[in-house]
Amino acid sequence: MSKFKKKKGGELPAISTASLPDIVFMLLFFFMVATVMRQNSLMIENKLPQADQIEKLDKKNLVMYIYAGKPSENYKKQFGDEARIQLNDKFADVKDIAAFIAAERASKREEEVPFLTTALKVDSDANMGLVTDIKQELRKVNALKINYTTRKGNALEGLKK
Amino acid sequence: MAKRAAPEVNAGSMADIAFLLLIFFLVTTTIETDSGLNRKLPPMEETEQDVIIKEKNIFQLEVNRNNQLFLKTGGEEKVIEIKDLRAAAVDFLDNGGGTGEDACKYCQGKKNPRSSDNFDKAIISLQNDRATKYDTYIAVQNEIIAAYNELRNREFKRTYPSLNLSFVEAEKAYADPRTSSDTKEKLKSKLEEIKLRVPQKFSEAEPKSN
Repeated sequence: MSKFKKKKGGELPAISTASLPDIVFMLLFFFMVATVMRQNSLMIENKLPQADQIEKLDKKNLVMYIYAGKPSENYKKQFGDEARIQLNDKFADVKDIAAFIAAERASKREEEVPFLTTALKVDSDANMGLVTDIKQELRKVNALKINYTTRKGNALEGLKK
Repeated sequence: MAKRAAPEVNAGSMADIAFLLLIFFLVTTTIETDSGLNRKLPPMEETEQDVIIKEKNIFQLEVNRNNQLFLKTGGEEKVIEIKDLRAAAVDFLDNGGGTGEDACKYCQGKKNPRSSDNFDKAIISLQNDRATKYDTYIAVQNEIIAAYNELRNREFKRTYPSLNLSFVEAEKAYADPRTSSDTKEKLKSKLEEIKLRVPQKFSEAEPKSN
């Protein structure tokens, strides 16, 4: 009967942690691939308005971002509190937009250029004068596909605040 | 020469290093994509042509510097709340007041002879002041797009009841990379058909400056 005798001692065998690095590496690679680093540090207030008839803006490499809004606290002294445009990492003027679009176009492959979209990330407190100036400038350089970037939500509720 | 065994590298801390990197990427990752209202700007034209449009076919919206909305259509002028805009726009687009050549096959509206003829003729025009706030403008844009989407949804559902999809859902499915290519092919012609039937005729006038 000794054949069926239970092994002595009920202690559990230690769980092998040898595969832990593999698992962690797998997760690591996933996040490395999925990561999109924030390209621009914002120097303006950028509280986007809400809307609900929105479409997703995928293909991130085909999007050019134009930010606009009041300069944030740190830059108020230097730049005042009138809404301004930010391109890449610096404040810009309306007339700089043409050069910005040209530079963005030059950095893309030629066949991608017609699919470029300009995303306007404008603060909800900005006034339409600035937005209209941006749009006029975009029309001049024939960058006609635009996207008013918004948050998802009820457009009417957002107004009341 | 004595053969020396290479000392084994201790791999025990590899997991720690990997964890450190993992946490870094976890924190910096932003997976969400931006979304917003897609629009197309009109190209710059050298010569401005004047087109003659009947007054009844224009839904003229004006947003003033105090973010109030002013509507002029079908011979009446009134101040309108943004929350009533969607219904008013749908009424206008769906009116179908045209007769003979201009008759609207798909409209289900009141057929008021003083409002728009058909989807193709109906134009929504928006003018804003330079001092209008951006969020008001976005809300107005949103409501107008919503009005068009409402009608397109209705037409899509009525024309292709077997799909059991609304226009917006079908468009989403079309943009989704997981949808198979032959489904996409089928959807494409249907979407085009509805877009042609209910075209977005939306014009923005140059803003008033003061």
